[in-house]
Amino acid sequence: MKAFLITFWQVLRKPSVHFSLGFLTLGGFIAGIIFWGGFNTALELTNTEEFCISCHEMEDNVYEELKSTIHYTNRSGVRASCPDCHVPHEWTDKIARKMQASKEVWGKAFGTINTREKFLEKRLELAQHEWARLKANDSLECRNCHNFDYMDFTLQGKRAVQFHSTSLASGENTCIDCHKGIAHQLPDMKDVEGWDLN
Amino acid sequence: MKTKIIIAVVFLSFVTGSIIAKDIANLREGAELSEQSKTQVIPKPIVDDKKVTRNYPMQPPIIPHNIRDYQVDLNVNTCLTCHSRQQVGVTQATMVSVTHYMDREGNFLANISPRRYFCTQCHVTQSDTKPPVPNTFIDMNKLIAIKSKKAE
Repeated sequence: MKAFLITFWQVLRKPSVHFSLGFLTLGGFIAGIIFWGGFNTALELTNTEEFCISCHEMEDNVYEELKSTIHYTNRSGVRASCPDCHVPHEWTDKIARKMQASKEVWGKAFGTINTREKFLEKRLELAQHEWARLKANDSLECRNCHNFDYMDFTLQGKRAVQFHSTSLASGENTCIDCHKGIAHQLPDMKDVEGWDLN
Repeated sequence: MKTKIIIAVVFLSFVTGSIIAKDIANLREGAELSEQSKTQVIPKPIVDDKKVTRNYPMQPPIIPHNIRDYQVDLNVNTCLTCHSRQQVGVTQATMVSVTHYMDREGNFLANISPRRYFCTQCHVTQSDTKPPVPNTFIDMNKLIAIKSKKAE
C-alpha cells in the first residue's frame, strides 16, 4: 500500500511527457465545466418536489398533509413546494443541508419510516429537527417569501399585529416559534414547551 | 277483498308519495338526478374578531376568526395555544370558561376536561349567508316582554 502511494505520488510529480500543456489546461477546463455543471444539475434535480415525493414516505405522509393547507392551495395559486421550505436557497447553506440529508438516504435504505406507524412514532423527533433548524437560521426559509420589511400591519388582524409588531419585530421570537404545524400536522406536543397545555 | 285493499293502499301511497316528494325542498333545488344543479358559493367565515351577543346565557360563544387547518386531536389542541389559562396573559384571547375545567361531577381539574376538549363540537365560526332554513328563534327576554304585555 505504501509502495503504491509512493509510485502514485512520483507519477503526479513528474511533468507530462505525452500531452501538451495546452491540451492539459483546456482539457482540465472543459472537464471542470462538465463536472461542475453535472454536479449542479444533479443537485438541482434532488431539489424538486417531484424528487422528494418519489419516495412513498414523503408522498403518503407529509405531502398528503400539505395538500389541504394554505401553502398548497389558496386563492392566488402561489404555492410552496418541499424545497422552498426545507432547503436553504443560498449555495453554501444548501450544500450543508444536502450533506445532512445523506442521513435521509440512510433512513430510506434501512426503512426507518417506511410505514405510517413508524413515521408517526418518529414524527416528534423529525419535527424537532426542523424546528431547531428554522430557529437557528431565524426562519430563513419562511422569510424567503414572507419579508418582514414589507409586512403592512394595518392589513393584518388585530392579534397578528399584536405579535408581529412586538416579539417578531424585536427579534425575540422568530416565525417558527408560533407558526408550528402550518404545513404539516403536529406530533404529540405534550413535551414541547408552550404547547403542553392539555 | 283484503288483498285488494292492501294493493289499493300501496298504490295510493306511491302516488301521493311522488306528489309530496316534488314539493319537498332539498339541497338539489329540484334538479333532476341526471343533471348537475347549480354549484353553490361556499360562504366565507366572518373574521372580524368581534364578540357576538349570545342568544341565551348557556350558548357557546361563536368563533370570530378563521380556524382553517386548526389541529385538534390526540396530539395537540391548537385552540388552546391561545385560549388556555396559561396563555391568555400573553395572547389576550378569551380564556376557556371555568366549566371546561370541571368533570361531570363538578370537581375542578388542573386542565381542560377531556369531555370539553374538542372545541368545534360546540364553538363554530359564522358565515354571512342566507340560512337554508328560516329560523324562528326568539330571545327569552323578548318572550317575557311579550307575555307581560299580554297580561296587562
